[in-house]
Amino acid sequence: MTTAISVSGLVKTFGRTRALDGLDLTVEQGEVHGFLGPNGSGKSTTIRVLLGLLRADSGTATLLGGDPWRDAVPLHRRLAYVPGDVTLWRNLSGGEAIDLLGRLRGGLDPARRAALLERFELDPTKKGRSYSKGNRQKVALVAAFAGDADLLILDEPTSGLDPLMEEVFRECVAEARDRGATVLLSSHILSEVEALCDRVSIIRAGRTVETGTLAELRHLTRTSVDAELAGPPPRPAYAHDLTVDGNRLRCHVDTENLGTLLAELTAVGVRSLTSRPPTLEELFLRHYESDTEAGPATGTDAASEAAAR
Amino acid sequence: MSGYALTGTGTLYRLALRRDRIALPVWVYIGTGMVASTAFSFRKLYGDEASRRTFAAGIDGNGSLRALYGPIFDGSTIGGLTAWRMGVFGAVLAALMSTLLVVRHTRAEEEDGRLELVGAGAVGRRAPLTAALATALTADAALAALVTAVLLAAGQSLAGALAFGLALGATGLFFAALAAVTAQVAETGRAANGLAGAAIGLAFVLRAVGDSGSGTGWVSWLSPIGWSEQVRPFAGERWWVLALPLAGAALLTLLARTLVEHRDLGAGMLAQRPGPATAAPRLASAAALAARLQRGALIGWALAFAVGGAVFGGVAKGVVDLVGDNRQMADLMARLGGQQGVLNSYLSTIAGVFGMIAAVYAVQSVLRLRAEEAGGRAEPVLAGAVSRLRWAGGHLLFPLLGSAVLLAVVGATAGLTQGAALGSGTGQAVGRMLGATLVQLPAVWLTAAVALAVYGLLPRWTAAGWAGFGVFVLIAWLGPILQLPQWVLDLSPFTHLPHLPGGTLTAAPLLGITALAAVAALAGLAGLRRRDLG
Repeated sequence: MTTAISVSGLVKTFGRTRALDGLDLTVEQGEVHGFLGPNGSGKSTTIRVLLGLLRADSGTATLLGGDPWRDAVPLHRRLAYVPGDVTLWRNLSGGEAIDLLGRLRGGLDPARRAALLERFELDPTKKGRSYSKGNRQKVALVAAFAGDADLLILDEPTSGLDPLMEEVFRECVAEARDRGATVLLSSHILSEVEALCDRVSIIRAGRTVETGTLAELRHLTRTSVDAELAGPPPRPAYAHDLTVDGNRLRCHVDTENLGTLLAELTAVGVRSLTSRPPTLEELFLRHYESDTEAGPATGTDAASEAAAR
Repeated sequence: MSGYALTGTGTLYRLALRRDRIALPVWVYIGTGMVASTAFSFRKLYGDEASRRTFAAGIDGNGSLRALYGPIFDGSTIGGLTAWRMGVFGAVLAALMSTLLVVRHTRAEEEDGRLELVGAGAVGRRAPLTAALATALTADAALAALVTAVLLAAGQSLAGALAFGLALGATGLFFAALAAVTAQVAETGRAANGLAGAAIGLAFVLRAVGDSGSGTGWVSWLSPIGWSEQVRPFAGERWWVLALPLAGAALLTLLARTLVEHRDLGAGMLAQRPGPATAAPRLASAAALAARLQRGALIGWALAFAVGGAVFGGVAKGVVDLVGDNRQMADLMARLGGQQGVLNSYLSTIAGVFGMIAAVYAVQSVLRLRAEEAGGRAEPVLAGAVSRLRWAGGHLLFPLLGSAVLLAVVGATAGLTQGAALGSGTGQAVGRMLGATLVQLPAVWLTAAVALAVYGLLPRWTAAGWAGFGVFVLIAWLGPILQLPQWVLDLSPFTHLPHLPGGTLTAAPLLGITALAAVAALAGLAGLRRRDLG
């Protein structure tokens, strides 16, 4: 596998605000990579650096083997971008905007365009000003998926879509992966990332805090166990958040201790047992709760938005 | 619901004042400052009554000056001269200020969706409109009060000073109410401003026709700007005339109120038609997109220039006739080189005015870049295989070539009507006028290039792109009459343009200004290439 996006030590400041603070990101070719972080953590800033709209203060970024700032134009022929907040031209119809955006990077497939309009239930004859937020988002999505881009950069693309349309979106991402495209999907919707992504990078306050496959990330964290036993439960020292209520035990254990706990439980006698791998949400929360003091995310958000004006 | 229609007006009014805490005083100070500097320099230049009377008689006999500035009703006082010199200009300024204020706080807010947020609060249906009009009323009242105060400070009579201040304020209020109506009819702030701006232009042209002489005086009475002249400050004030703009403002406000009650938020009065489902094949580049976005404005401006050229060319006969029966003017005319000389000086003045107006268009179409960038619409284009220069270049064709089109249009129509009115060599007249208007291009380009340089190098200060225009035009418009020192006059490119027809065409200033424009434009583009976008 070759690398589609490789970013290391990226720093970008807006005045006194450090929007990116040594961010690392590696996306392999052909994978769907989840880019997770709360509002204002630097996701959009990273994407704007990758698109050559912002120039990083330091660090390196490579996109499809090129420099995103210097080689912007040739690189953009090979990528499609969906912003989180799509604004359209008031006097262009949605269909015109789709065609224009497609042609600006080298054309789109008319058959696929028609099929996508159908699937997203989008009326292309409306003018830009009369679309709702969700429909503006669909315009950008149709333009992106109707082309043959090697790389799709999607910045919170489902904001404003209803659940049915989110499902269509997921199918489209899967189809793009099947034809060999790489997808960078920025999101704070965990179920979406969990359903779609091969690998995930979690960022916080402009820095990558975790990266890997979902299995790897889960491995790093704890499994929750809820057991009804035949006798008084054991109280192992390695269990976290342990609560014992009569013969019932609930706790979280690190993956390497799971086998030991199960052996101890069977020794007492198990009446019922539920064990659940950690959800991405738990992963996520663990990272954000553990060090909230390190920087209020909303502050960064406001500053980077101000900088974008 | 009508009991609550105005709920929240006070809060919105304070919000509007807070948002305009810089722009509003700047408008008012510019207006006041120009009246003050005019009054004080008249006092310096024409200190005794005899010199004022001579000056006024010379001016009043000159139809071209009357068409531009209006008639002098009584030139014996400083106040009378100031009211003549600043009357039309001040009224246009008050009209522009009021129009922009009202549209900014009504339709533009609605277009951006902020009014929706506000409307969901405990805010009555008519509150935003009422608050916007109250803001305009505040600005117009401040302008009237300050103008009155500076004229009193210049030692002029209270009645005249008050009449002049109120005439300007009432004109502002009339156009504020007119803008309240266009903000209901049009769906975008741009269109609402365009409609109101066209009305201001029409009012200016109507009074120019009326004031130019040749028995068309009644036409002035069709124009709110004409009304403000007819208040006749310092010349036996006719207070009843003030009732015309005020009654007009009241009627237009009622109309706007009715319209606001009968439409949906976000909608205009014109039904929306569906667009094509697919784009035409040629809509395939950033330049094609820019053309699509900018062509409407260019067509509107070209129509306005065509009408303006036709009118000002058509009154050329009145200008020449009027001079014919004025002995004092006959002397002056002889010094100016006979009838042809007077005509030429009129035509070159007109060409200069249209050059400055074309500069407004040029700056506006440069600043479209910033609107696209700040509105987030540049981003998807630049995420395509489009370089920044290509994106900007598509838009910049409009200030570069669009302004040439406008000047050619006004030159052609002015030449045609002038030729027809004077009954002599239309082809020749068209050729002369084309030369006179097209020679303005380098100065127009430099004004636009300054705006581009500000946009490229200091994007947050893009509005300051208008500052270059303001400085250039104020110097060229007021500098000679204020007898500013030559080095100040030289700061404006419009000072250096050859006065055609009649003057000699020299290439050096034109090439020099064009070269400066190229340097400023390149600096702006270099800045745009290097900086962060968005």
